[in-house]
Amino acid sequence: MYDIVVIGSGPAGLSAAITGRMRGKNVAVVSNDRTATGLYKAAKIDNYPGMPAVSGAELLGKMTMHAAGIGAELIRGRVTAVLPMGQEFSVSYGSEMLSGRALILATGVAPASTFPGEERLLGSGVSYCATCDGMLYRGKKVCVVCHSPDAEEEAAFLESIGCEVVRLTTRKIVINGDMRVTSVTADGEEIPCEGVFILRPSIAPSTLVPGLEVSRGHIVVDRKMRTNIPGVFAAGDCAGAPYQVAKAVGEGQVAVLAAVEYLAGNQ
Amino acid sequence: MEELLHLTKDDFAEKTSAGVALVDFWAGWCMPCKMLAPVIDELAKEYAPRGVTVGKVDIDAEMELANAYAVMSIPTVIIFKDGEEISRYVGVQPREVYAAALDKILAGDVDAAAETVSPVKD
Repeated sequence: MYDIVVIGSGPAGLSAAITGRMRGKNVAVVSNDRTATGLYKAAKIDNYPGMPAVSGAELLGKMTMHAAGIGAELIRGRVTAVLPMGQEFSVSYGSEMLSGRALILATGVAPASTFPGEERLLGSGVSYCATCDGMLYRGKKVCVVCHSPDAEEEAAFLESIGCEVVRLTTRKIVINGDMRVTSVTADGEEIPCEGVFILRPSIAPSTLVPGLEVSRGHIVVDRKMRTNIPGVFAAGDCAGAPYQVAKAVGEGQVAVLAAVEYLAGNQ
Repeated sequence: MEELLHLTKDDFAEKTSAGVALVDFWAGWCMPCKMLAPVIDELAKEYAPRGVTVGKVDIDAEMELANAYAVMSIPTVIIFKDGEEISRYVGVQPREVYAAALDKILAGDVDAAAETVSPVKD
C-alpha cells in the first residue's frame, strides 16, 4: 500500500511525486507511454522559468529523473479502473493492481470527444480495456481503434487469444448497433464486428473514477486541488486551462500538500 | 463464507427467482473484477442476513449464463427482484452505489433503484 498514488507522469504528476517524497510519503506514479503526448513532442518551450528553449522531451526527462532519484516509484501501465474503498483506493493497470491511501489524478488533457455511438454502447461491445474484456470476444471479430502507442500491444494480445482483429487508425469512426455493437463505420466503410476496443492514450478520469465530478472536460477542484471525492486530488491539464507546464507543476505541488494534510487527518 | 454463493447455470434461476438477488459476473483474468471482490464480500456479509442472495458467476466457467444475461464487459453486477432485472452496473462501483440500490429495493421502492450504470462519462 502506498501513501499516495499518482496517475500520470507529466509535470503535474512528477511535481506531486517529488514534493510527496520530500514530505516522507511513499509515492507511486503510474503512467502510460507518453511519447505521443503534445508535451513530449514539443520542440521548444520558452516559458518554463529557468529553462528557456527547452524541448518537451528534455523537460520531462529531467523531471522524471528528479522524481526517480528522490525515490518515487515510477510504474508503466494503462490505468483501467479506480475503486474508492473507504480508507484506500485500489487502482488497476494492465493485469496488475496497487493501492494507496490518497490519489492524485494528473492524467492530462481529456480526449477531445467520443465517437458517435461510443457512450451509448460503452459496456455493450465498446471497451477501453483489452485485458479486462478481451476474453469475452475470444474467437470473434473485433475492431481496435489504435490512437495510443500501446494500442498495438493490446491488439496483439487480442489476436493471441483468438480474436479476429481489425486495426483502425482513422478518427472518422461511428459505432453502430442497437442494444450491442454490430459494426463500426471507419472512413465511410462499414465493418461488421462484435466489439470495438478504443485505445486512446488515457481513459477519461470520469470513466476511471466512479462519481468523480467533472465539468466541460475538466475535473472540478477547489483551490487545494481537492475533487468531490475525499482523498482524491487532481492537478495539471486534467484540472483545467491554461495547459502550461508551470501551472501544472504548481498544481501538482498544491495537490500533494493537500494529500499529505488529508493523510494526517486520517491517522 | 456461506453468505456469498457461487452460482452456476444449474442453480442460477432457482437462487434468483424469489426475493432480492445481487449477482457479480467476473473472471479470474480481469483485474478490476479482483478489485471489486472485497466489495462483494462485504455486501454479502451485510445483506445476506437481511435476506438478499449475493452471488458471483465466473463467466469463464459459465459463458452460457454470461450470454443469457448479455454480459459484454466485466465486472457487471446485476440486481434482480423475483427473477427480474432491476438494475445493472458495468464497471467497478464503490460499495455505496450497490448498497443504496439494495436499500431502496428492500424498502419497497423498486423504481428508485432501477438504473443502468455504465462507466461514467463527461
